Amino acid sequence: MSAIEETEHGHGHNKNLAHHFDTLEQQHEANTLGMWAFLLTEVLFFGGLFAAYTVYRYKYSAVFEEASNLLDITLGAVNTAILIGSSLTMALAVRNSQLGNSTKTGHWLVLTIIFGMGFLGVKYFEWKHDYDIHLMPGKNFFHWQFAKKAKEIHTKEHSHRLPGPQDGVLKDDDPSLGVKARLESEQARLFYLLYFCMTSLHALHMVVGFGIIGVIAWKAYSGVFSPDYYTPVEIIGLYWHFVDIVWIFLFPLLYLLGAHLGH
Amino acid sequence: MSLHQETPHSPGFIRKYIFSEDHKTIGIQFLFSGMIFFGIGGLLAMLVRLQLAWPEGNIPWLGQWYPKSWGGRMSPDFYNMLFTMHATVMIFFVIIPWLTGAFGNFLIPLMIGARDMAFPKLNMLSYWAMIPAFVIIVASFFVEGGGASSGWTSYPTLADASLQKPASAAKPGEAYSVLKDDAYNSPAAPGAGMGQIFWLTSLLLVGLSSMMGSVNYITTILNMRAPGMSLLRMPLTVWSLFITAILQALALPVLTVALILQLLDKLIATTFFLPPGGISFGNWHTVPGGGMPLLWQHLFWFYSHPAVYIMILPAMGIVSDVITAFARKPLFGYKPMVYSLAAIAALGFVVWGHHMFQSGMDPRLGTGFMLATILIAVPSAIKTFNWLATLWESRIRYTAAMLNALAFVSMFVIGGLSGIFMAATPVDAYFHDTYFIVAHIHYVLFMSSIFGVFAGVLFWFPKMFGRTMHEGLAKVHFALTFLFGNLTFFPMHILGIGGHPRRYYDPTIYQYLEHLQPLNQFMTICALVLGAAQILFLVNFLGSLVFGKKAGINPWESNTLEWTVPSPPPHGNFPEPPTVERGPYEYAVEGPADFLPQAKEKPPEAGA
Repeated sequence: MSAIEETEHGHGHNKNLAHHFDTLEQQHEANTLGMWAFLLTEVLFFGGLFAAYTVYRYKYSAVFEEASNLLDITLGAVNTAILIGSSLTMALAVRNSQLGNSTKTGHWLVLTIIFGMGFLGVKYFEWKHDYDIHLMPGKNFFHWQFAKKAKEIHTKEHSHRLPGPQDGVLKDDDPSLGVKARLESEQARLFYLLYFCMTSLHALHMVVGFGIIGVIAWKAYSGVFSPDYYTPVEIIGLYWHFVDIVWIFLFPLLYLLGAHLGH
Repeated sequence: MSLHQETPHSPGFIRKYIFSEDHKTIGIQFLFSGMIFFGIGGLLAMLVRLQLAWPEGNIPWLGQWYPKSWGGRMSPDFYNMLFTMHATVMIFFVIIPWLTGAFGNFLIPLMIGARDMAFPKLNMLSYWAMIPAFVIIVASFFVEGGGASSGWTSYPTLADASLQKPASAAKPGEAYSVLKDDAYNSPAAPGAGMGQIFWLTSLLLVGLSSMMGSVNYITTILNMRAPGMSLLRMPLTVWSLFITAILQALALPVLTVALILQLLDKLIATTFFLPPGGISFGNWHTVPGGGMPLLWQHLFWFYSHPAVYIMILPAMGIVSDVITAFARKPLFGYKPMVYSLAAIAALGFVVWGHHMFQSGMDPRLGTGFMLATILIAVPSAIKTFNWLATLWESRIRYTAAMLNALAFVSMFVIGGLSGIFMAATPVDAYFHDTYFIVAHIHYVLFMSSIFGVFAGVLFWFPKMFGRTMHEGLAKVHFALTFLFGNLTFFPMHILGIGGHPRRYYDPTIYQYLEHLQPLNQFMTICALVLGAAQILFLVNFLGSLVFGKKAGINPWESNTLEWTVPSPPPHGNFPEPPTVERGPYEYAVEGPADFLPQAKEKPPEAGA
């Protein structure tokens, strides 16, 4: 792959300049501004979800704390570290593309994808674990008090057996639960709906990022970028940092909300 | 400045007219598809009017087309679908695509002196994201139960409910299995839950398209202006489209989220908007709830209130340009016009609550929303008075475009004033959900925005197609639309004051509305004439494409940059990059011609 490194010092004059721009500088500014404008819409997009989260957390704060306490803080923290690491590799990719180190740019971009995939790998096991202890709303959703018990059984036995009614855990709409418990269950369900909805939309943004970063990494290895023309690397960097920042908000709001209750 | 190699473009038919990246073609694509949907939305409106005038059925010719099961008269479910889809089609598939899609795309690069949009590919995608939206919204009429029927606002208490089996038949735990045959039922129209799912999906795609468009407009206007085209030399059309793009970029993503959440509620039985305990209708019931229908209303109106400004600000910009060009006078108060546009947009973000005065709102909060809403009258009045001052002692050329623009100004005054009625919480308690609000929305959206669109089409048709529309026919169309539009929509105020509720299938069953029925019938007849009059515009438009009088470069003797290039402009727009040396409204000047174009006459010595 690194054999193409030399070609990047060619006179990449106007072949990177679209015909409707006057100068590379104008094109660079337009692309950067366009990405910022797009990120502005993204802020409002996630903002709508955060607004929904805020409303329900304000209304149902006690249950939200209990529900949050059942999520796995360790996995969440590991993922936070991984994602911050990927921001670093992305920043290094941008720096190297500005300096004209095409191969290094490609390497750092590939490393960013690897970190991102690591994040999603951890997320997969975490979601699986959440499902096993009946936190996923749907047919398998149990009352959160029993989810706590299910979690104890699940962690103690280290098995893939799903705790169920035979262990004394009940579904959230079990008639033997009182009205209060059923209403609480509805509130906890909203927390987990928000949790799954927000984390999967975040994950979706990462997957889209993989595709674009992959293309740009390939372009970097092909020597397309030079100190005169590194706009694509820079704007995908903006996007990736945005995705990371969303997670920086999600982690405390979803995982640390009930941390004071202890495990 | 640098005239780098303009590669001779001779793309094939498909690249040139279908998958085009040229902003002019994309604008015209939006214009044409908007016209098709204007027809569809108009027909839906005619059916609504027929039902309101003669709810007992016996519509002579149409009655034979009704399914036998309806028993000779329109079914209530079908009526619910009609008004829902009429509003949806007109708002999301006609006015927004016309104003931002058609005029935004066609005019922005031409008026600021750019060769194209900043992101031509994204621009093409913004149109092509509309195509599946078109297909899905049209298909939704034909799914089981018909299209969405919960009102264009899709309040969750109707739209969100995926009703289950009767309570007696459902075993505990079975309530979650939504993917059963009867799971898509909606109380607004039993069986129409699938239509709602199509509605949500289609609007998601429209949102995607608008998002791509707005990112493009913002970047293009900030980055691609010709030398000398400072922000405060931009024509008001560009200013209005710029501010609209910002509104869209900020408001639309919130609607997108709300649509996704409701779609999840419908598809996988999440409970974001279902109230605690779920909803029951008779012995039908939903899954358990826990969420808040009010949250949907907040998210929805956070978009949809700014959206009403998205639907009128570009028309204000267009009208400002048309009026100055035909009044042959500089625009009165250019800067106040720009600042008032911005003020309307900014205030537009903090007034969404006035749609929810009757949804259960703390009166203190209601007061805040009321004051902010009434404040919008100030920038709106600045605009109106500036238009009037522009016309004062001017030498008006009464072209068809000018007549439509003048109609905008006068009708906007009526629509604006009726808006103030409903902004006041105590008055709104009486007027809420009556025909008064229907009158208001039609005065601002039909009688204002659509007149703005007509003015814009008549004005820029020569630039788009190189020919002029027929003046006489356009004037007849204008006269009929103005007359019958007022005869249709003005009585709605009276109905509303009389307490006639909106969205009622059969008003005649209420005794207190009986005396209003002749008025309803009169309005329907006027509406039918109004609808028929639009055919004149279509005939004029299509006919002028072929038989219209050839237009020169600058048929209206106007100042802005698009009138310095051939009609229609070539790919790349400007054979010579223009340099701008003055504002757009230099009319009534001394000299051989009474106007001074923005662009420098002679080729510039050196770029500025």
